[in-house]
Formats: sequence, C-alpha cells, structure tokens
Amino acid sequence: MLKYIIPLILFIVLAVFLALGLKGKPGEIPSPLLNKPAPVFSAPKLNAANEKLSPADLKGKVWLFNVWASWCVSCRAEHPVMNQLAQQQVAIIIGLNYKDDPEAAKKWLETLGNPYNDSVMDGDGRIGIDWGVYGVPETFVIDKQGIVRYKHTGPVTEEDVQNTFLPLIAKLQAES
Amino acid sequence: MMKLWLNVLLLIIPIQGFAVDYRQLADPEQQKTYELINSELRCLVCQNQTIADSNAELAADLRRQVFEMLQQGKSKDDIIQFMTDRYGDFVLYNPPLKTKTALLWLGPIAFLITGLTMIFWFIRRKKNAATTVFDKDKQEKMRHLLENSAENEDQS
Repeated sequence: MLKYIIPLILFIVLAVFLALGLKGKPGEIPSPLLNKPAPVFSAPKLNAANEKLSPADLKGKVWLFNVWASWCVSCRAEHPVMNQLAQQQVAIIIGLNYKDDPEAAKKWLETLGNPYNDSVMDGDGRIGIDWGVYGVPETFVIDKQGIVRYKHTGPVTEEDVQNTFLPLIAKLQAES
Repeated sequence: MMKLWLNVLLLIIPIQGFAVDYRQLADPEQQKTYELINSELRCLVCQNQTIADSNAELAADLRRQVFEMLQQGKSKDDIIQFMTDRYGDFVLYNPPLKTKTALLWLGPIAFLITGLTMIFWFIRRKKNAATTVFDKDKQEKMRHLLENSAENEDQS
C-alpha cells in the first residue's frame, strides 16, 4: 500500500507547487517604496517646461502618479481608463512622461485626451529609477501625507479602478 | 564543401556582440567594481539577465547610474543599497538570507537531504532483498525448474 501512497503524495505536492507557479505573477515585483515617503523630484512640466512640479507641492492631497510614454503600447490601452478616472475627479492625477520626446507626448495627449492635472518630463529616466519604475505603465497612489500607499504595475483596467483604486482613494480622502 | 567549412568556422569563432555600451573608469579597481556590480544586478525588464548582459533601456539607465555613483566615489555597498531601496531584493542576483528568502536558500538543501535519504533507504532495502537465503526445498525446486527448461530448449 505504501508503495502507491508515496508516489501519490509526491505527485500531489508537485502538482500544488506547479499550480502555485501558474498563479504567481513573476512580472510583478513588490515595491519597497510602499508606505514610504514619495521619492523627491523637481521636474519640468510637459505643458510648461519653465515651470516645475515636485511631490511637496501636492502635500495634503491624494494623488495618483501614472508613468506613461507615447511609445508605450500598453499605455494606449490604459489611456481610456485614465480618462474616465480623471472625469470622476476623485483624486489628482499626475503623469510622469517617461523617456519620451516632449513633442510626441504632447501630440499623444491631444489625440487621445489628457487625463492629467499635470505631466512632468523625465527624459533620461532618472525619476523613474528613484521610483523603481521598470516598465510602463505603472501607477502609484500617494496619500495626503505624501506616503506611497499603493503601486500598480502594468495597465490599469476598469476592474482595477472599481475594485482597488476607487475604494483606496475614498479611504485615503477620508484620512487627515 | 567550402560552404560547409565556412559554417563550421562561424560556429568556432566566438561571435562578440557589442550590444552593451562600454564605459571606462579611470581607476582600474573601480572599473572592476563597476563590472562586478553590473553582473550582480538583475535587469527587471528581462528578468533572467543581469544589467551587464542586457541591452534593455532600463539596464542601460541602471548601468549609467552605477557608473555615475562610482565616479562620485560611492562604494559598492552604497550602490547596492541604492538599488534595493528602489527595486527591492529582487534586483539582486544574490538575494540575502532573510526569513522571506529562507525557502529559496534552504529549499535545495532540503531536497538534497530528502534525495539522499531516499537513495540510502532504497539501497538498504535492495541489499536486504538480495541476501534473502532460500531454504533447501526451494533451492531444489529451482534447480529442477531450470534443468527442465534447459531440456525443453534442447528439444525444440
């Protein structure tokens, strides 16, 4: 009897591990920034290069930091969702225009709509490194105290907005 | 024939792809550190490559970051700390031993011990089986059977 039970147990253990392996998302790397202050930057705005924006300017407000680029195909897929979210006006949305050509970026926003209260330019990707960005799009949620509370990797879908972003934003808006 | 030899030649000659940019630091010791750090950091876009091997844009940016920090006189530990602060332990090809990574480090040892125990167990069982002594009656019966079958074969 033992002869049959041991291979069966081994098989079950292996199957469980393989099943877990299928469910895991190796593309999603947990961010060490969570619950830490938002990395500091002071970057020129896309629409007004002589004006600068830094996270300190947004203290006391709940804001989303969405990393995007005109060359990024997944950002195009995400864009309608961002537009919709912007229309609801539940939080400020700041864009990080990552390693992009400003002209191409402006054109992109003109054609597809601009969900951002402001976009800042990160031409050489240095702000991206400080924020641990490794793929576009990425979206961070920052609370009123300037603490990073959530990070989403990859395009935000409508379900993500309904199930994660809206409840979280509501919770953060209620905080002081 | 010529073509064949050319193909063989192509296989033999190591093909050097300079896909990755090259940077030179003034101090050879620093240059070594630069190359060492690059070979220990994971490119997060193409997760099974180091930033030294990868020609992804992010890898190029991270190499630039390492290079600049070395130029500023930062140590290897400073740079590794800088990277893990931003990208987490995942960026390291040599993850530190923590409770979170214990399974990663101890798993293989556990598997090795399990494997060795099983081999030991099987060998001992086989040995016991091989040394089973048959009693006289059984031996007689076996000899009988063998002889009979030999005779049968002769006839056929």
